[in-house]
Amino acid sequence: MSRLTVPKTYKLYIGGKFPRSESGRTYEVVSSTGAFLANAAKGSRKDARDAVVAARSALNGWAGATAYNRGQVLYRIAELLEGRRAQFVDEIVQAEGVSVATAGAQVDEAIDRWVWYAGWADKFAQVVGNANPVAGPYFNISVPEPTGVVAIVAPQADSLLGFVSAVAPALVAGNTVVVVASERFPLSAISLSEVLATSDVPGGVVNILTGSPAEIAPWLASHADVNALDLVGAGDLEWVDLQIAAADTLKRVLQPENGRDAAAPSLDRISFFTETKTVWHTKSLI
Amino acid sequence: MSFLEYAPAPESRSILNLRDQYGLFIDGEFVDGDGTPFQTISPATEERIATIATAGTADVDKAVAAARGAYERTWSRMSGSDRGKYLFRIARLVQERARELAVAESLDNGKPIKESRDVDVPLVAAWFFYYAGWADKLDHAGLGPAPRALGVAAQVIPWNFPLLMLAWKIAPALAAGNTVVLKPAETTPLTALLFAEIVQQAGLPAGVVNILTGAGETGRDLVNHPDVNKVAFTGSTAVGREIARSVAGTDKKLTLELGGKAANIVFDDAPIDQAVEGIVNGIFFNQGHVCCAGSRLLVQESIHDEVVDRLKTRLSTLRMGDPLDKNTDIGAINSAEQLQRIRELSDIGEAEGAERWSPACEIPENGFWFPPTLFDNVSTSHRIAREEIFGPVLSILTFRTPAEAIAKANNTPYGLSAGIWSDKGSRILAVADKLRAGVVWANTFNRFDPASPFGGYKESGYGREGGRHGLGAYLKPGRELPAALRASGADSTASVTKARKGAAK
Amino acid sequence: MTIETTSPVRTLAPAARAVEVLGGDLTEASLRRYLNGIPGVDAVGLEQRAAGLGTRSIKTTSKAWALDKIIELIDLTTLEGADTPGKVRSLAAKALTPDPSDLSTPRPAAVCVYGDMVPYAVEALGASHAARLPGGVNVAAVATAFPSGRASLAVKLADTADAVAAGADEIDMVIDRGAFLSGRFGLVFDEIVAVKEACRRADGSYAHLKVILETGELNTYDNVRRASWLAILAGGDFIKTSTGKVAPAATLPVTLLMLEVVRDWHKLTGERIGVKPAGGIRSSKDAIKYLVTVAETAGEEWLQPHLFRFGASSLLNDVLLQRQKLKTGHYSGADYVTID
Repeated sequence: MSRLTVPKTYKLYIGGKFPRSESGRTYEVVSSTGAFLANAAKGSRKDARDAVVAARSALNGWAGATAYNRGQVLYRIAELLEGRRAQFVDEIVQAEGVSVATAGAQVDEAIDRWVWYAGWADKFAQVVGNANPVAGPYFNISVPEPTGVVAIVAPQADSLLGFVSAVAPALVAGNTVVVVASERFPLSAISLSEVLATSDVPGGVVNILTGSPAEIAPWLASHADVNALDLVGAGDLEWVDLQIAAADTLKRVLQPENGRDAAAPSLDRISFFTETKTVWHTKSLI
Repeated sequence: MSFLEYAPAPESRSILNLRDQYGLFIDGEFVDGDGTPFQTISPATEERIATIATAGTADVDKAVAAARGAYERTWSRMSGSDRGKYLFRIARLVQERARELAVAESLDNGKPIKESRDVDVPLVAAWFFYYAGWADKLDHAGLGPAPRALGVAAQVIPWNFPLLMLAWKIAPALAAGNTVVLKPAETTPLTALLFAEIVQQAGLPAGVVNILTGAGETGRDLVNHPDVNKVAFTGSTAVGREIARSVAGTDKKLTLELGGKAANIVFDDAPIDQAVEGIVNGIFFNQGHVCCAGSRLLVQESIHDEVVDRLKTRLSTLRMGDPLDKNTDIGAINSAEQLQRIRELSDIGEAEGAERWSPACEIPENGFWFPPTLFDNVSTSHRIAREEIFGPVLSILTFRTPAEAIAKANNTPYGLSAGIWSDKGSRILAVADKLRAGVVWANTFNRFDPASPFGGYKESGYGREGGRHGLGAYLKPGRELPAALRASGADSTASVTKARKGAAK
Repeated sequence: MTIETTSPVRTLAPAARAVEVLGGDLTEASLRRYLNGIPGVDAVGLEQRAAGLGTRSIKTTSKAWALDKIIELIDLTTLEGADTPGKVRSLAAKALTPDPSDLSTPRPAAVCVYGDMVPYAVEALGASHAARLPGGVNVAAVATAFPSGRASLAVKLADTADAVAAGADEIDMVIDRGAFLSGRFGLVFDEIVAVKEACRRADGSYAHLKVILETGELNTYDNVRRASWLAILAGGDFIKTSTGKVAPAATLPVTLLMLEVVRDWHKLTGERIGVKPAGGIRSSKDAIKYLVTVAETAGEEWLQPHLFRFGASSLLNDVLLQRQKLKTGHYSGADYVTID
């Protein structure tokens, strides 16, 4: 007689906690063969609103941490992901119907991308920032600063790799994020939130909503307290409307990307979510 | 009982798990050395810690061969991200064994446990952590796309920050794709050997890091070895000159981090209490065994008396004693030789007419000790204003105007570091502009960070360690041949000449 | 006394120290010039020095001495709107017998209460009140519309006089932070002088005056430095960090800064002024850092009740728990110390 399992409940991840949707709704997540996997929370506009509040509250702390500290925290997440590799592989096999080897490759790539981004935290400012040789007795320096709260529609076609590829770069510079996971493959994102909750990432730095991107994204796109909008996974939505809505508050917007190379790792993904601040200071001996 | 005579607060040595004798670390294993083994001692008590191997010429050969083999077969073929992962592992292991490393460092070097615990070891971990992240991002190092490693690096480090200097050398070299043979100083081999154990725990492929213990001759053999592509040295200017001479005419790339006689400039509008702390930290941190030590105080004449007065009061709460006591501020001088040198130069200072002062200090019976010492009314022509003493001795000079401060600060063959104390931003930035020093600290001193380049002007050496600039010492540009020449199979060095000749036709 | 608040050449109330240091021309303008001329503070350096002092490792005999000393320096405090005579009696009893299981435990320096609670504190201390017993427990009263200080001068002086008349040995006043932050140093100065005068008793003696700067509201270290000098020039016996009602309250860097001021005042005049950090000091570990900071900055002579106090309530129990551990060798628990 085989052992009866204890199935996991998948909730949202907001402000470092795991609430159910305030709407009380859930939706069925099924495997590639249509078998029932779990009920995931169906996030509402109010959940999105709460997530933005959480992200904004966490911003000063995260942006104010030293770059070294952020790099350490992000690297620690990779360590924990590695430790839970088997769990993530299992979840992907069940959700996507791929082989263990393929799922394993996805998880390994996700972990390695996370390490790559962690290593940028204390050095990207040296690459994109610089002193400026202005013509006058002035010290002049340009440095990147985090843009603030970034809302992300994660790539929809896979469970983990697309999600990690979209979230990690925004965090490197000190932004906080609200991310809408893949509608079909949300479970890995919530398992990732368990990793975040047990790492040193302060609550509110990453907030994860599951449900319908079509329903949630417009509320994030028009939200006046969101500074940037990454539509990388919004290719199947009315994303032009989202970009138009975002224009009201002049959000910085990234357009959708499709295919295997969606959200490929790049320094550009980090610096897109930064603002450049240039400071002048007089210089004089007398 | 006076409260200020704090009860002993010893850091326990029980965390250490030292061997009675250590071999050389070559090709992933500890092996015996050809030379005569020697003892490493605690400079605070003169007691023996362990027996250390000496690498003879054949050992140096073996180590370089191991590094070369590892470079050709393994390290140069490995992805940057994998190299980075090894460095991340090392960083984490250093953090895990931090307390053990700090105790070993204080025991072998003589520096207070407070410093090795709170400054040295955390920086070591941070250095590996920082450079780990560069290993797979070398395209952005500033040398163009796909820069290449140099090959095998010979690295010789001093005794003042043994493990930290090791980190400054090994981390960027490995991140850039080189393999290394490193020689720690004769009086401080211990933490380098513990580091070799960490390298084994990290699973680093054999031969990527090799540690050769020994004295000056081992260092010479290593630096002069024909199969070495890169030499990195931190130590005295005298030895730096020797090395520069010996690599002349060869292909070896060289970086040097040598001595200094830094000026700590205090203006009349300085935040005075913090300036006093900065002066104290500048010259008495690590017993003054710091190349970038603020060994010359240039204080504006109008506040000279006040500053010296406050300085003397502050010195009276410095505690000199057992390096393993958590309340010790000033530890032991690293060796009998160094103590002798400090004594000689201090006697010269007195003979030259400077006014000598030290707080009352209990000197332990055994070990090598020198109390923190001030020399006031020092002039620019005094030897103690010119020569690096490398001990807890401060020479105090005055100035009247910012221009005079700058002139006096720059009036030296050295150029490693400088300090500026003032409440006025425009003055700080303008003075920083004019100081011929590779590191300028404003309203602070002796701050180090793996992201911040460090190195000197003039006879303080050349090359930078730390930051993006620190990678440059261990890389050369990748060279893309023009398509036509690639097809013809021409080699890269010939290509530029050929292309030019072609254009001239 | 009326205070005219507009003219910069307004002459300040003559406080003996200010006359000594600034000379006869004691105006708003000259006071401001003097205070603004004091060297600035580099916050990064100050905080680093404080952190460095915090790494001192105080063990065994030093620790035992320190724990007893901390108790002797505590102003055991209750400052709640809900305070009653019963609460104050309980506090006083705790001050007299901090640890019923160890009657050798020293007593705190004072109990600190609201002005209208002073009679109950005096009565509860009985024969152990410092007024009746040398080395006994003092009664400190907060006054001058504590904690905000937002009331007319007349009200603030009456507040003070009432407490003194009821038997308070010490008055903890608050400065007018609004006036300070808007640059009206003269007004702040004059108020302190007036409150000191209100501390005068019929027999010509004065209640001890502590001047609360409310460093959390002054915000910058430069402001704290200037306010400290101002309070001393105006006649304060103690400078105190906080009311404890505003965060941040006492911090090690701010206290270090104030100790540097009293050290410099002593160098200038030979006179010793006291320092009291208040609010937020809850653990013995933290309190010991303060003792180290005092000893290594102003000097060991300052580790006495007439020159250093801790404004604290829950600190006492944590110190008692540590004392118990030193005595028994094992960790203690909340059941083994009394609530006040």
